[in-house]
Amino acid sequence: MVENGIGASVRRKEDNRFLIGKGNYTDDINVAGQSYACFVRSPHAHATINSIDTTAASASLGVIAVFTGDELAADGIGPLICGVTVTSDDGEPHRAPLHPALAQGKVNYVGDHVAVVIAETYAQARDAAEKVDVDYGLLAAVTDTGSAADEGQPQIHEVAPNNMCFNWPFGDKDAVETAFAAAHKISRLELVNNRMVTNPMEPRAALGDYNEGTEEITLYLTTQNPHVHRLVLSAFNQLAPEHKLRIVGPDVGGGFGAKIFVYAEELVVGWACRKVKRPVKWTSDRTEAFLSDAHGRDHVATAEMALDENGKFLAMRVMTQANLGAYLSTFSTMVPSYLYAFLLAGQYTTPLIYSEVKAVFTNTAPVDACRGAGRPEATYLLERLVDVAAADMGLDPGEIRRRNFIPLDAFPYQTPVVQCYDSGDYETALDKALLLANYAGFSARAAEAKGRGKLRGIGLSSYVEACGIAPSAAVGQLGAGVGLWESAQVRFNPTGNVQVFTGTHSHGQGHETTFAQLVTEQLGVPFENIEVIHGDTAKTQFGMGTYGSRSLAVGGVAIAKACEKLIAKGKKIAAHALEAAEGDIEFGNGNFSVAGTDKAMNIAEVAFNAYVPHSYPEGLEPGFDENAFFDPLNFSFPAGTHVCEVEVDPETGVVEIVKYSAVDDFGKLVNPMIVEGQVHGGVVHGIGQALLEGCRYDSEGQLITASYMDYAMPRADNVPSFDVDYAPTNPPHNPLGVKGCGEAGAIAAPPAVINAIVNALGVKHIDMPATPENVWRAAQAAA
Amino acid sequence: MYEFSYHKVASVADAVAAMSAADDGKYVAGGQTMLPTMKHRLASPSDIIDLGGIAELSGITVAGDTLTIGAMTTHAAVAASAEVQAMIPSLAQLAGNIGDPAVRNRGTIGGSIANNDPAADYPAAVIALGATVHTNKREIAADDFFTGMFETALAEDEIITSIDFPKPLAAAYMKFENPASRYAIVGVCVAKTASEVRVGVTGATTCAHRGQRLEAVLNSDFSSAACDAVEIPLERMNSDIHASAEYRAHLVKVMAKRAVDACA
Repeated sequence: MVENGIGASVRRKEDNRFLIGKGNYTDDINVAGQSYACFVRSPHAHATINSIDTTAASASLGVIAVFTGDELAADGIGPLICGVTVTSDDGEPHRAPLHPALAQGKVNYVGDHVAVVIAETYAQARDAAEKVDVDYGLLAAVTDTGSAADEGQPQIHEVAPNNMCFNWPFGDKDAVETAFAAAHKISRLELVNNRMVTNPMEPRAALGDYNEGTEEITLYLTTQNPHVHRLVLSAFNQLAPEHKLRIVGPDVGGGFGAKIFVYAEELVVGWACRKVKRPVKWTSDRTEAFLSDAHGRDHVATAEMALDENGKFLAMRVMTQANLGAYLSTFSTMVPSYLYAFLLAGQYTTPLIYSEVKAVFTNTAPVDACRGAGRPEATYLLERLVDVAAADMGLDPGEIRRRNFIPLDAFPYQTPVVQCYDSGDYETALDKALLLANYAGFSARAAEAKGRGKLRGIGLSSYVEACGIAPSAAVGQLGAGVGLWESAQVRFNPTGNVQVFTGTHSHGQGHETTFAQLVTEQLGVPFENIEVIHGDTAKTQFGMGTYGSRSLAVGGVAIAKACEKLIAKGKKIAAHALEAAEGDIEFGNGNFSVAGTDKAMNIAEVAFNAYVPHSYPEGLEPGFDENAFFDPLNFSFPAGTHVCEVEVDPETGVVEIVKYSAVDDFGKLVNPMIVEGQVHGGVVHGIGQALLEGCRYDSEGQLITASYMDYAMPRADNVPSFDVDYAPTNPPHNPLGVKGCGEAGAIAAPPAVINAIVNALGVKHIDMPATPENVWRAAQAAA
Repeated sequence: MYEFSYHKVASVADAVAAMSAADDGKYVAGGQTMLPTMKHRLASPSDIIDLGGIAELSGITVAGDTLTIGAMTTHAAVAASAEVQAMIPSLAQLAGNIGDPAVRNRGTIGGSIANNDPAADYPAAVIALGATVHTNKREIAADDFFTGMFETALAEDEIITSIDFPKPLAAAYMKFENPASRYAIVGVCVAKTASEVRVGVTGATTCAHRGQRLEAVLNSDFSSAACDAVEIPLERMNSDIHASAEYRAHLVKVMAKRAVDACA
């Protein structure tokens, strides 16, 4: 193994600056002459705006400007867009209501943007914002996912009758019905996928700085994808031409999806800094984050499985209603559609699947991708349904899974829902997980717990997800407005150190370490001589950013390809210098050598020659600096089995997770320590959803879980120490053999936890979050 | 936060004088409720009178069977105090489980009981232990101190100076935490003295109170099993997204039983 290369658990280089307080987050950046923005937000879930009087606010101390939707529209800025089209069952594209960055006559959720005040200090801006006098005409609100499309509900958007965004059927309905009619048994489950607030530790922020001389806007943003922000803000929101817009996403303190999207505040700040000719900063406070960050999940669904007498899955039918909130966020439509229904096969050979997804508007914050995005919803539904089927058939949950797994020799495996899995070994992962969890010893542990008055339960979750997002051709066919390749530039400086520019963005994932490991492995340059640079459209050539566990699987491959180009060029330079034929030059451990001789030169010397080409191959360009793009041919398909063991206190309903075992197939691991950290974080996210996190609006559309006093995030004492292992397979589509690991835990954990609780209580189902009261009630009912 | 005038005072007399001169003044002890409320712009006092600099209000002393805790003593100090741990270990434990370390290092016992949050921990113990609240004007028995949601017997300018706790034979506090805020959804403190059993209940209703039905059975049979027969009335129970009235009533009994067991 190369020192600090692939497979080494190298300590994260980026942590030094975070640990010594030298991180550089958007709110840390201050520009001379900076002013501050405060948004006037709707206190009502659904109301017309009869008038806005900004007189008192404009006269308030320190105020520079007050803007409403009128000024924004007059300048032709916006509206915000949704980048993926889903075709509804009537053949029409999904209904896309106007999504202005500042309201146009109507507000549709609590927190909706009505006006912005720009002042010398934030306190002055906030004081003045309270003086903006808005006359609202209150309308009845609709917030409930399951009933939003029912007759008689308040109507939010004229373009979306019955609050329907789309009704998207997929699969052969008739064939599924025929299979159900002939089935030995049908298992059925109704379930809710609870709405989540994404909650990155760093709240969103934006700082716009307009240079009158160059006519360029620099916009510092909490973004997971600076170039996507630039593209959308430029091409669709008319903020500035792409070459006059620079997006800087400096250190970002967690994203989990919420910082993918283009938000109203970002567009308004970018526009306002040019308007007032002053830098303008906005930093979300935590309340604003709860109200206006895109939320996640929020489905109600009915799932049915048809089984034969041996417990083989014959067909599956899934009816889903998904809440998209008041407006369509940037990638919202694809989450409950392509990222959801196309994962419903899971690890199983179910030959027929029919899915119908109704996406609805409600008077709630927009809903979009949140760690896993669609795949946690699919996995939760499927893995709960499989346990119900196991109970219905009298089979062990492990056994029913085993009987239905796609076998090792069936790969590549074409599922009935579009995806073609390239590799996987589900049985090995299950076997390893059951061993790790000591599944065989469970009944003894349950008996011991019973003696202490506790109910012990064990639950499995065998998941597969599609990540390494995504093949451009595939997403283009599905209606995406972008390609999802990734780009890299690997540049040697004349002194032999290396700068790696990646279009992905690290906001906690450790790219600066992992990507440097790739380069040290491939080029033999010492790890400490490699710097990974990301997050600034003025520095990095291009990119599509970080989400969908894509950075290593797509961005890493682009880096590897750029390295290959450097090696190819280096061979030419070395051949000339070593007076050998290019074909005789070999490269390894950082040295170009002439085969069969001891003549060699280090890659650093080659780089020096390329910049000081006094003696150089004729016709060869100087410089040692290569670009590469990579567009994957397929998604990658991480998979695995997680096992959760719980103890329930039947007297209080408190659930303690006593053991959690995860066996995952992420392909090759570049930095096992970082991967394990990602597993831990993902599992905690999933445990949070299963036990604690429930975003709740009341019937009037007020967010009742708008702070950490009421919204429960998982903490260290809510989770056990995890047992993590791997069952890797080699994905043939990925040149590095990697699959992606950032979302797996959040996808796998919720059904593992709920299956364990259901097992402990001896009930059919319990909805998430399984709060103490809900568990206590279920225990009462079961007793 | 809106603008306000800040006063740092060195004595109780100065604090009272500052309060009487203020338009709409507020005393602040550790500020762990007051400051977040002001930051959210839900309170806008004209003057903040900071009691933190009054040395005479801090400290823990023991005289015979009485433990005296100065009003401005922080939760962290109570939790770490050898005197408290020796006299009433459950009180030290209660203090050590309030909020998080930041809260415990700033928040004070006087501030907590003067604020009388319906889900605060200390009121249950003050009631169950039969404490006496000393102010700059008088002394108030625990039973008379907590009068309603965020309301106490304190007059507008009255300042708690210390709280006396008589040493019980045994006492225990059991808290069922709100998973989000970690405040008490229900907290029950049970204290046994030579003469009686007292039960203090917090979180369950709008104001901490004595659990008289529980006391009635425990006075004749101090066992957790005795609590089973007690009917906890539902009508005054709080009900919110975290716990219904029925569940809270159930938890009162469960926490009481666990507290009784812990006293054994």
